[in-house]
Amino acid sequence: MPQIEQIAATLSSQVFWLLVFFGLTFVFVGLGMVPKIMGTVDLRDKQIAGDLAAAQTARDEATSEEEAWRKRENANRAAAQGVIGAAKAKAAAASSVKLAEAQTRLDGRLAEAETAIDAARTSAMAEIEAVAADAARDIVARVAGADVELAAAQAAVKEAMAHG
Amino acid sequence: MAAERSAAVAVQNLEAAEAGKVDPMKQFTIEPILGSDWQLADGINIAFTNSALWMAITAVLVWVFVAGGMKRQLVPGRWQMAVESMTGFIDDLLEANVGAAGRKYVPYIFTLFMFILFGNLLGLVPVGLIPGVHAFTFTSHFTVTGVLAIMSFSIVLIVGFAKHGFHFFSLFWPSNTPAFLALPISLIELVSFMVRPFSLALRLFVAMMAGHVLLKVLASFVIAGGSGGIGTGVLVGVPSFVLMVAISALEILVAGIQAYVFALLTSLYINDAENLH
Repeated sequence: MPQIEQIAATLSSQVFWLLVFFGLTFVFVGLGMVPKIMGTVDLRDKQIAGDLAAAQTARDEATSEEEAWRKRENANRAAAQGVIGAAKAKAAAASSVKLAEAQTRLDGRLAEAETAIDAARTSAMAEIEAVAADAARDIVARVAGADVELAAAQAAVKEAMAHG
Repeated sequence: MAAERSAAVAVQNLEAAEAGKVDPMKQFTIEPILGSDWQLADGINIAFTNSALWMAITAVLVWVFVAGGMKRQLVPGRWQMAVESMTGFIDDLLEANVGAAGRKYVPYIFTLFMFILFGNLLGLVPVGLIPGVHAFTFTSHFTVTGVLAIMSFSIVLIVGFAKHGFHFFSLFWPSNTPAFLALPISLIELVSFMVRPFSLALRLFVAMMAGHVLLKVLASFVIAGGSGGIGTGVLVGVPSFVLMVAISALEILVAGIQAYVFALLTSLYINDAENLH
């Protein structure tokens, strides 16, 4: 086993060169580079944590912004509904006024027409009565040869018309 | 003396080669590449060996891997993602076992984990296909794993005593221990504490060595079976080869697990020192 057979001859060389090369590695790699690499990792972790926090803040901000927008939007919508309602009410009022006017006008005209019809009917009835009285006097004069007073004829005609 | 030994090893290797056998232990032999007579002080040889070469390759590859993740982009590419997942893995490990105080140990544990992981994996790369090149797993030497374990153990001791002073000894007296059990339990705790660096070092060393020996033994079966004729080739060589493929996959897993276990146990021991009960 060379490890034991050569120990006396090689111990000093082994220890010396191990200390040299391990020491160089420790100084240049362990002390020189490793802290920098770990610093880079720490920096990156910090950056990631910062970015995540910033993203969270932005998200919260957006949420509150959206909330505010929704409130504003709801208010706007309510206002618009109000305007629409008012306009509807106004239009309805206007149209009812117009309808009432038209109704009044129509009623007036209807009443006029009815009055005219009544007048016409009355005058027509008077004429019929006059004609009927004349006719009755003529019929009486021809049939009975009696001369009937105009007033009596008229009264008889009135009675006959009243009883149909 | 060192030269004599390496010469003796070379003779052994030569003999093994002549016998036409695969020596499963030869892969652990340390051979000087440069400066076999370099001395740090009198008698302290610091020859640049194949082991040191693979440590250097490991260090360079770890550096290249991590440097590729240094673009520091906000949106990482694949490579940066891979490196960041490794640092994040160690960071999570320490966070889970030590807590917030564990962050300052990330550079050490990361280096430890990557160095062992790359060392383990590089030993499995089939560079032996290139003539004259031999892979070497430096984590299969307890001299190396021992140094790593002692480093981790030293950190535990230094942090423990610096933070808690002599109160750190209360680690050996678990809370709610009855007074008459205090002595035996503290002795057991002391032993288990002192064994930690050894278990840490031996676990990695044994796991890496065992896997590589097993692969080499199976490889020798393949060669011996194949050269023994068609019958042994089919009966021994082919099943051994299939088993080798499966065990190679297992060894890749073991390479990762052992690096993880080393880093995990070190962080658990650091937790004892950081958060004394």
